[in-house]
Amino acid sequence: MAVLVLAEHSNASLNDATAKTVAAAQAFGGDVDVLVAGHNAKAAADAAAKLTGVRKVLHAEGEAFSHALAEAVEALVVPMMGNYDAFFAPATTTGKNIAPRIAAKLDVMQVSEITKVVDPSTFERPIYAGNAIMTVKSSDAKKVVTVRGTAFQPVASSGSASVESIAAPAGPFKAAFVSEELQKSDRPELASAKRVVSGGRALASADQFNQYILPLADKLGAGVGASRAAVDAGYAPNDFQVGQTGKVVAPELYVAIGISGAIQHLAGMKDSKIIVAINKDEEAPIFQIADYGLVGDLFKIVPELTSKL
Amino acid sequence: MKVLVPVKRVIDPNVRPRVKADGSGVDLANIKMAMNPFCEIAVEEAVRMKEKGVVTGEIVIVSIGPAQAQETIRIGLAMGGDRGILVQTDAAVEPLAVAKILAKIVEAEKPDVVITGKQAIDDDSNQTGQMLAALLGWPQGTFASGVAKEGDKLKVTREVDGGLQTVSLTLPAVVTTDLRLNEPRFASLPNIMKAKKKPIETKSPADYGVDVAPRLTVVKVAEPKKREAGEKVADVDALIAKLKSVGAI
Repeated sequence: MAVLVLAEHSNASLNDATAKTVAAAQAFGGDVDVLVAGHNAKAAADAAAKLTGVRKVLHAEGEAFSHALAEAVEALVVPMMGNYDAFFAPATTTGKNIAPRIAAKLDVMQVSEITKVVDPSTFERPIYAGNAIMTVKSSDAKKVVTVRGTAFQPVASSGSASVESIAAPAGPFKAAFVSEELQKSDRPELASAKRVVSGGRALASADQFNQYILPLADKLGAGVGASRAAVDAGYAPNDFQVGQTGKVVAPELYVAIGISGAIQHLAGMKDSKIIVAINKDEEAPIFQIADYGLVGDLFKIVPELTSKL
Repeated sequence: MKVLVPVKRVIDPNVRPRVKADGSGVDLANIKMAMNPFCEIAVEEAVRMKEKGVVTGEIVIVSIGPAQAQETIRIGLAMGGDRGILVQTDAAVEPLAVAKILAKIVEAEKPDVVITGKQAIDDDSNQTGQMLAALLGWPQGTFASGVAKEGDKLKVTREVDGGLQTVSLTLPAVVTTDLRLNEPRFASLPNIMKAKKKPIETKSPADYGVDVAPRLTVVKVAEPKKREAGEKVADVDALIAKLKSVGAI
């Protein structure tokens, strides 16, 4: 048996999601190869070769891969799948964009965002925003799976697999990259941060969000998140959003500030190890899942907490 | 341009789903249903494109589901859709089969753009749009927060991890909607009345020659592990002491 894992990377470096997806692929079983499709992505390919337990890294270079366009990656992967029993991709926006195209071309029903490999045909995955966990058995000969990173421990980097260059499809493709605006930040990336500080609607403005949430996050070395209400109100950028339709996080410490705890938000953070909630409404649903709750005015509590840490 | 908007009937987003005691699924008996919120955004976008004159042809609303999915199509028609197609089946149709049926409808209807929700809030699969694009050999702009026509291309701004990405798609293309693309309108009473007269054609999956037999068997559906409420602390000092005691800071 063999699994092809799609690497998530920035060409210059490998994203943590890759090591977690490799862990899921190893739970599936068989040989695990990692595909690095990129542009000037040798550094990412070399990093992938170090992932423990990887048989080999396949490195495809092409300009169309510089921003992981789904149309180009589909053209690359589908012909390769003759040699593999399964295709595993991280359930990042990149993986979610690409994997269903490959599944459709292989006439396979994809299993999205798995949180557990029960056996090589059977997987667990959350449905209804995590309000239910479904166990499904796939009858397809090949499996196409996306992997929820928070459910798997990343494999270590003690390996030394070979890196093999493979040919990239020529194109042209019907989609072209135009531009990107990425948030530049020295803070840890939300999805993989060990600590996360999130703000909600109670922050009441973007200025106050920045003034109260960011210093605490910096003090804790934490990534910054936000509830959908705060994002919709424009207090925080969209990629801060934690929840069913945003990012799913499971840090060691999650601090929810001025967040009431809608189901939608809980779906994105309830697997965190320690949850702290600060809210003036003692009936807020967030307190029902928080390990430590502090009822009171966040505009007094948060500066005090920041200064005393 | 002509637009096809596939919509799904799902549990109302404000209703808390309950797992059936026998573990066979989520209890939907007598539960309020609604149009999937991302599909509402898709309908709204199509209607706005028509209002701006970008869409000059029809907006066709499609749903695959039980007879009651007709109500979901009616909502789309009340928002500004022109006509509907209901592919009626009581089976739970998986995204792959949905995409295959939609591909056949696209062949017959020849839209320039298919706009649909990025995911349904029931099974959270996030697959149908991408699968449809692959089956048709079309480009895709998924998780869209902005859509603009530029010449014969569609420029789509996508919400990606870490920020925004803009791609240029050669038409015809598939777009899937994210939350910030627009705020869907409420259908007004006069428009709801008017929508009752708009035509809805009823078909079956067999009409399109698509086998909807599931590839995934549900072994069981369970409640997630419950998290117990912890304790309330009196003040910041108590909180810091607790966090230190468990090694969280």
